[in-house]
Amino acid sequence: MVALIPWSVWIIFLPLLTGIFAFLFRGRGAQLGIVTAVGLLPPLIGLTWQVLSCGPQHYSVGGWGAPLGIDLYADGLSIIMLVMTALVGIGTTFYATGYYSPTGETKEKNHQQDPALFWSLWLLLWAALNCLFLSADVFNLYVALEFLGLSAVALVALAGGPSAVAAAMRYLLVSLLGSLSYLLGVALLYFAHGTLSLGLLAESVTSSPASFAATTLMTAGLVMKTALFPLHFWLPPAHANAPAPVSAVLSALVVKASFYLLLRLWFQVFTNTVTPSVALLLGILGVAAIFWGSVQALMAQRLKLLVAYSTVAQLGYIFLVFPLAQGKGTGFSAWCGGLYFILSHACAKAAAFLAAGTVLYGFGHDRIDELAGITQRLPVTMFAFGVAGVSLIGLPPSGGFIGKWLLLNAALAGGQWWWAIVIIIGGLLAAAYVFRFFSRAFSYVEQVPICRDVPWSMELTALALGLSAMALGIIATQPLAVMQIGAPLAGPVLTGGLP
Amino acid sequence: MNISLLYSLVGLALFSLGLYGLIAYGHLLRKILAVNVMGSGAFLILVALARGWRQTSPDPVPHAMGLTGLVVAVSATALALALACRVQETTGSTQLTEDGSD
Amino acid sequence: MRLFSAKLIIIVLLVALAGLIAWAILSLPFNGPSLRAQVFANIGHSGVSNPVTAVLLNFRGYDTLLEIVVLFLAVLGAWSLGMVQLPGPPYPAGLFLSALLRILLPAMVLTAGYLLWAGAHAPGGAFQAGAVLGGAGILLLLTEVRFASAIVSWPLRTLLSAGVLVFTGVALGSMFLGGRLLEYPRHWAGILILVIETAATLSIGVILTVLFIGGRPSEADRTLSVKSTGKRKDK
Repeated sequence: MVALIPWSVWIIFLPLLTGIFAFLFRGRGAQLGIVTAVGLLPPLIGLTWQVLSCGPQHYSVGGWGAPLGIDLYADGLSIIMLVMTALVGIGTTFYATGYYSPTGETKEKNHQQDPALFWSLWLLLWAALNCLFLSADVFNLYVALEFLGLSAVALVALAGGPSAVAAAMRYLLVSLLGSLSYLLGVALLYFAHGTLSLGLLAESVTSSPASFAATTLMTAGLVMKTALFPLHFWLPPAHANAPAPVSAVLSALVVKASFYLLLRLWFQVFTNTVTPSVALLLGILGVAAIFWGSVQALMAQRLKLLVAYSTVAQLGYIFLVFPLAQGKGTGFSAWCGGLYFILSHACAKAAAFLAAGTVLYGFGHDRIDELAGITQRLPVTMFAFGVAGVSLIGLPPSGGFIGKWLLLNAALAGGQWWWAIVIIIGGLLAAAYVFRFFSRAFSYVEQVPICRDVPWSMELTALALGLSAMALGIIATQPLAVMQIGAPLAGPVLTGGLP
Repeated sequence: MNISLLYSLVGLALFSLGLYGLIAYGHLLRKILAVNVMGSGAFLILVALARGWRQTSPDPVPHAMGLTGLVVAVSATALALALACRVQETTGSTQLTEDGSD
Repeated sequence: MRLFSAKLIIIVLLVALAGLIAWAILSLPFNGPSLRAQVFANIGHSGVSNPVTAVLLNFRGYDTLLEIVVLFLAVLGAWSLGMVQLPGPPYPAGLFLSALLRILLPAMVLTAGYLLWAGAHAPGGAFQAGAVLGGAGILLLLTEVRFASAIVSWPLRTLLSAGVLVFTGVALGSMFLGGRLLEYPRHWAGILILVIETAATLSIGVILTVLFIGGRPSEADRTLSVKSTGKRKDK
């Protein structure tokens, strides 16, 4: 009986309903947020159990079934993304209960953020993410992309102030451009193959002009939404100017959503149309992103901007999956490496942004040069940032280390050693920008800046997320087992007998 | 020339013109209009090709897709216009400045 | 000169992209595969006879549900920009305008009702009807402030979210009655679609009106009188 419960429906509709209720019943937002965070656990565990014991799950909305109706679909990849969303989501929810508590009014000038709107938008964004990770229909995915984009833009605008509003405007235009490009690709796919279902498209897409044009349009649109260099220009202002919990969600989850869709399309639908040279191009842009993002992070004057540029750099790594998966026998290793990287980056980046948000909250600014000695005031938060930094750099025993290790393995075993050099240099650059901030924060000064009281929920959630990025480095077997279910690539996780 | 083919190519032309406008012009109102021209192009392609080459009644699925897309475009345009007004109010400019981007 | 060459590069790239898509369109199969036959084969069970409505509200109803959520989100987005004063009328409605409104508004509401009803068997439906209602709402906003300022609190929030709530309620309700999500019980499909569309029409009309304001109407505006000769907030 338990096996028949449509858990995926609840994973989508619980945050959707609580999001609307948070709008209707102003002042109940925090309670509704906690209800969602706790209430999502049983359906998530149920769905994971179903997928682990019975393989990928299908659910036909309306009972029509593809191609006439819309199907929901969950495999290992979906589960990884849903669990990642839940981890960061639960953390962000508890952080926000402190951040938006009545005593902790935010310090934005001339504008008070509306907590009711934050809760409503955040829960709807959560619903949009869950929708996207569970959909198996390319047009439904377009609607989900717009759903996600609009809620993310609104959350950025919530911060108020000239820079946040301008960042939101730019973000919206980029987001619309990306979705329209994707939509035109969907139209071409439909007219060529007469179906919108991912599964049926996977069977029928051959290398025809229509599929080639659709691949180009959809890849371009999604790459833009994922902020791959040189289309990253909108990301740093949007992520750095948003309210703290929003920055964490945008960097940890929202950019991953469009990348997830790119993975689905490339490895399941467009297998016949993508060429190694296009994969190579994405890899090269990824390398450029790693270097450009790291250098900008090294030069950033503000802590949140540093963390935002770090996202630009880290997104570069996951694009290495495309060329690395072309290697002989190393495809699955690259696949797992990419997913592991996404998962641990989500936890680490959320922790880093929440910690940076706490610094901004406590001191009223985040100018790195004036943050000397803040560890004396916020030891827990700085420890959280440190743990997150370890994972961002990719040091053992963190989840970031496992991700990089798998990518390195794919590069070396697949005979593409040049990517390995990039991964190693990228790690050194990450160490440089993380330690640049640490050398300030951990220095001893006589006159420590004044810090106002920070709710404990803000300090502890950042720490919990940082520690989960660490834990991912220790419990690697279970996530790797989930990644295998329904994966488009097969093969050993590690090639060449390395531990 | 077949009529649905003609309309779909007109849709493509609109899409490309809109894309050009979005990249080339700085004024926010122009950018928002450009996105709408792009969207109209995409919807026109959907509706035009739905008619098929010589079918008596059109395929309703692309029509439904166009209608859904249209509502989404209306929502996004409304938000974009509200944002553009606020950008002008807070920065005094109708364009996005380049600072903070690169 | 440099700007010119940048524009030239953009144009060259765009022409290449357009050429690629044109090639794709021209190479589409003659009478290619489509879902047309499947839609017409199942339309008898959909509860409506207009094929587009059947796709929108039944076969792909989940898309439409999310679409109404997106519309609702636009309001949340506009409201997250902060409070705005209701745009007062530029000048008080004259005798002629008031008289015209008295005829026009009922006619618009009637038209919306007809479009909603017609959607089951002819082109029409919730969005078209909602757009007409929205037009009526904007007309009212431009002439009569009192209309909007009476409902800025929870009644307005209820109206804004009614479409999503009713749609979600029906979707989940059909699941509790033993079907799947959005699998309407056989003989109830027509009625349930009409219920959903009615709520959606109402919400879409209110949402479009509220979006016209461009921000969250300040509750202090309740005290505004009609005579306040529009100090519009835009500068």
